[in-house]
Amino acid sequence: MSEPITTETATTAKSGVDVARFASRRALVRRRFLRNKPGVVSLVLLVVLFIACYALPPLLPYSYTDLDFYALQQPPSTDHWFGTNALGQDLLAQTLRGMQKSMLIGVCVAFISTIIAATVGTIAGYFGGWRDRTLMWIVDLTLVVPSFLLITIVVQRTRGNIVWLIVLLAAFSWMISSRIVRGMTMSLREREFVAAARYMGVRNWRVIVRHIVPNVASIIIIDTALNVGLAVLAETGLSFLGFGIRPPDVSLGTLIADGTKSVTTFPWVFLFPAGVLVLIILCANLVGDGLRDALDPSARPLRKARK
Amino acid sequence: MSLLSVTDLAVTFPTETERVKAVRGMDFDVAAGEVVALVGESGSGKSASAMAIIGLLPEYAEVSGSIRLNGDELLGLSDNHMSRIRGKAIGTVFQDPMSALTPVYTVGDQIAEALEIHHREMGKQAARTRAIELLELVGIAQPERRARSFPHELSGGERQRVVIAIAIANDPDLIICDEPTTALDVTVQAQILEVLKTARDVTGAGVLIITHDLGVVAEFADRALVMYAGRAVETADVDVLYRDRRMPYTAGLLGSVPRLDAPQGARLVPIAGAPPSMAAPPPGCPFAPRCPLAIADCRAAEPALIEITPAHRAACIRTEHVAGRTAAEIYGVSTEPPAAARDAAAPAVLRVRDLAKTYKLTKGVVFRRQVGEVRAVDGVSFELQQGRTLGIVGESGSGKSTTLHQILDLSAPQAGSIEVLGADVAALDRRSRRALRGDLQVVFQDPVASLDPRLPVFEVLAEPLQANGFDKSRTDERVAELLGIVGLRREDASRYPAEFSGGQKQRIGIARALALQPKILALDEPVSALDVSIQAGIINLLLDLQEQFGLSYLFVSHDLSVVKHLAHRVAVMYKGKIVEQGDGDQVFANPQQDYTRRLLAAVPQPDPNRR
Amino acid sequence: MTRFLAGRLLNYLVLLALASFLTFSLASLQFEPLDSLLQRNPRPPQTVIDAKAADLDLDKPIPLRYGRWVTGVVHGDFGTTIGGQPVSDELWRRIGVSLRLLIIGSVVGTVVGVVVGAWGAIRQYRVSDRVITVLSLLVISTPVFVIANLLILGALQVNSVLGVQLFEYTGETSPDAVGGAWNQLVDRLQHLVLPTFTLALGAIAGYSRYQRNAMLDVLGQDFIRTARAKGLTRRRALFKHGLRTALIPMATLFAYSVAGLFTGAVFTEKIFGWHGVGEWFIHGVATQDTNIVTAITLFSGVTILFAGLLSDIIYAALDPRVRVQ
Repeated sequence: MSEPITTETATTAKSGVDVARFASRRALVRRRFLRNKPGVVSLVLLVVLFIACYALPPLLPYSYTDLDFYALQQPPSTDHWFGTNALGQDLLAQTLRGMQKSMLIGVCVAFISTIIAATVGTIAGYFGGWRDRTLMWIVDLTLVVPSFLLITIVVQRTRGNIVWLIVLLAAFSWMISSRIVRGMTMSLREREFVAAARYMGVRNWRVIVRHIVPNVASIIIIDTALNVGLAVLAETGLSFLGFGIRPPDVSLGTLIADGTKSVTTFPWVFLFPAGVLVLIILCANLVGDGLRDALDPSARPLRKARK
Repeated sequence: MSLLSVTDLAVTFPTETERVKAVRGMDFDVAAGEVVALVGESGSGKSASAMAIIGLLPEYAEVSGSIRLNGDELLGLSDNHMSRIRGKAIGTVFQDPMSALTPVYTVGDQIAEALEIHHREMGKQAARTRAIELLELVGIAQPERRARSFPHELSGGERQRVVIAIAIANDPDLIICDEPTTALDVTVQAQILEVLKTARDVTGAGVLIITHDLGVVAEFADRALVMYAGRAVETADVDVLYRDRRMPYTAGLLGSVPRLDAPQGARLVPIAGAPPSMAAPPPGCPFAPRCPLAIADCRAAEPALIEITPAHRAACIRTEHVAGRTAAEIYGVSTEPPAAARDAAAPAVLRVRDLAKTYKLTKGVVFRRQVGEVRAVDGVSFELQQGRTLGIVGESGSGKSTTLHQILDLSAPQAGSIEVLGADVAALDRRSRRALRGDLQVVFQDPVASLDPRLPVFEVLAEPLQANGFDKSRTDERVAELLGIVGLRREDASRYPAEFSGGQKQRIGIARALALQPKILALDEPVSALDVSIQAGIINLLLDLQEQFGLSYLFVSHDLSVVKHLAHRVAVMYKGKIVEQGDGDQVFANPQQDYTRRLLAAVPQPDPNRR
Repeated sequence: MTRFLAGRLLNYLVLLALASFLTFSLASLQFEPLDSLLQRNPRPPQTVIDAKAADLDLDKPIPLRYGRWVTGVVHGDFGTTIGGQPVSDELWRRIGVSLRLLIIGSVVGTVVGVVVGAWGAIRQYRVSDRVITVLSLLVISTPVFVIANLLILGALQVNSVLGVQLFEYTGETSPDAVGGAWNQLVDRLQHLVLPTFTLALGAIAGYSRYQRNAMLDVLGQDFIRTARAKGLTRRRALFKHGLRTALIPMATLFAYSVAGLFTGAVFTEKIFGWHGVGEWFIHGVATQDTNIVTAITLFSGVTILFAGLLSDIIYAALDPRVRVQ
């Protein structure tokens, strides 16, 4: 069966378009990302939120443990900006405290699970053979059961220990990412510059580190950003059910759980932490999307010409 | 009134950073029954012109000028209106048949659809019948059965026939072919050209063919327009163009095409430099920077098409210096092969005997079971002598690349023996294998894919050196040396591969292969992905390097003309076996085997008198 | 074709066995079923504790316990809870409840999601596409338990505006529902809408994004260009040739989405008060009950693998390149 002999150079023949002048790749990526307004705004917002949840509490009149007996279950007011809950705790302070936990866990889990996914994915994709089969089989196995269920089983023993929470969440969330990295590595392995390196006598691990990893870096970066959102979702979900962060410690999940009990009568106890949670995850997703658009060489179609 | 009349066509693509003027003022006509070729290399704007005619440019493209089909203006029509013309008055054949058909519908349905769109009153049954007739017309055997097949069950050549069937289904007035044979094997190319000729005869349509292959133009076209940097630089009847070209670019182009009747070692005429950036074309004639005949006036203003005879126009003010001179004379290069007779008793640096490689076909994920096997290489034997070139020719699936990779692996083959520089590959230990690697290096086909885009050129060239123990100062020295050998500059070492043209990237690939001073160079289609004028430069470089360093080349290619220039001995492969082997001159002039004869006959030659 | 599917089935069974073993072991290692006893005040006598431990086979090695569990499962007996109730009865009842939720949610989610995504791709960059894109991003960024509560709040508003309790958000049926089959049905539907919509919304958002991207990728493919060169308008070409081809990767997504739905069901059941396996799972973890937890995990595994089998079938039906000759 005939195979096409043409390569990417043929696409310029197709459209007759010259390759645009080359600019330093990093500058190009940075410029493309900055052009994505939602992505930039989200990144700024995330940084601001991260700093604020640690910097703001000392400046506030109420800490998250203070009980204000004169304001039980009060809607937002000038005194308590987010209102108070049934025990009289200031919701703003609680939300900030909850953010600390959720964001910290989210970022740590995302980084760790991406590192695991990158390692597993590149090894499986590059070496193939039994390594690939074993690793992918393990991935398949863990996908048969919703990882959330497994996490729940194991996590409830940790009784809210943050380090264990991070470790366990990371241990159960690298699977799908590793699949993606593996796919990309496999296609890279077939690329001629990898074959050329092997024929030049370069050792395997050097080939991986020097050639494969930098070229999958873009996927890995995008994945990390998106994983932050997923990790925050997982942690708040666990805390909501009572298996993650435990009282008296506070996470956005526990706050939402408290709020759920009275959502029909005192909605603000639910709405504020829920709103902040959605904001954080939304920003993480927008940053991930912005990065994907900036790093992806296949440019998104331009505007239709005005007819 | 001619069928198609294009006036002052201009196409601009606004990209992120600049505006690319792909087409800058094209004027041409196509009459019914006539075949007009738009010839050019990549970036000349030929495809953009064709796509503008049928209105399938990307939505952000800006098009101006006038395109008239049978007197009706096509530019500015809505998508709905154009849709009624596309497929009915204009049929299109695209380049890549492998992806041109929708994978989920049968071939017969896709042809019938072309009919049903424009003939609502035609019933399903009538459309199917006509589709089967069309399949027979384009030469598909057993059309009733094949009409029910899916595209992935057909070969590339068969798929292209289906695409042609779709294009002529409604008896169009104009057929546009965009590089219709480029992605096909040589023998299939010849067949498809025949089908296109049939299509033209049957429909009486005018044909506009876009191609970079001067052989195809000679075989098929009546008139040709040579395009460069978005404009036509010469237009003439095909025989006049080949005999009496007047534009230096055309001369260079024709001079750079490898020929089947050239002696081994004959140099080609390359055109130095690269086409200009279409975002900021220089003032004056766009070819001036590369033209050996350029004078100050050339750079002052862009010449219009000057009439030489009513049917022959060239955009050059120095045509009198082109007439009657060979391309070699104009460009000041010598195409003569070196006179030195080679020592016929040179020792063999590579000996392959009865090499075989079989791939098992497996199915199943958990429990793999074998369902068959593919004999990629089936008992192949040859020898490569020092300082000589052995060319392995074949079409895709012949096993030539697999053979090459088997040798490059330097490990014991499934069957047979490989001896590199006197050492049996099966007897190598790790250390001697690494040492041997230094003597056997490879250059790949795709210059884009064979260089890591993330490494600057210095790192690319230093990699083999560092992997084999060169220290820093020796590495620096050697890299500078290598750049000089392949005709690049020292400053280029700090730039990234993406900043170079295709030809320059391939030079970097060759430099990298030479880094460890190998004795044998394996080349896997090294020039197939390059434009023909750039290809000529690389072929010349390879010939020079062989002379200079006494390298032995194992050259794998599907392009017989290229192999003729480079190879001392030729082996023709077909379905994993070598069907004919011998001295290059002998095999090409006096082919013994039927397949070799077919292969040679199928190559389109840039010589209009062959028709 | 059947051989291909039979092979996949065997693969799945092996995976299922291993997954259940994994869960069983994890649970047995992590759980302390005696906690509730030990924490009672006053502490029960040691003999009672030992008897309970023997009752739960806590002294036997895990593989042995798993073996006993498996033999039980093969006979339809899923063991007993810590409290001594047989797991099977409760399990089947709750499976019925959850399945009602899951099946409707997944079907609605998939179909609507694909349609929405295709629509967005066809009307790329128009207002409707932008709105859909923003909304799906928002929905994806919102956890299920937040969506559920927001929908409840919304339902409250609607109910008060209409003056009639149109949307119910507690339980599967109303305890005071009277009347014949029709009234029962309506009542069930009223309780069904909100939780199903909660589950489906996440699926819709996910599918629509994926489908839109798949269709935009297909837009640039050569065969779309051929279709347009034949005379199909851009929209028709995309619809007739693009949609069908872009649907193919959706099939692979199906199995993953079911896993997501299951996780979502855990939260949804808790918030809406449906007594399905999701709710029971939480209860099982809270009471440190290995049998409950493993049984439910087995059920989820079966569901996911069934979805996987279904997606393989759909994939083969959609993509002729995969079909064995």
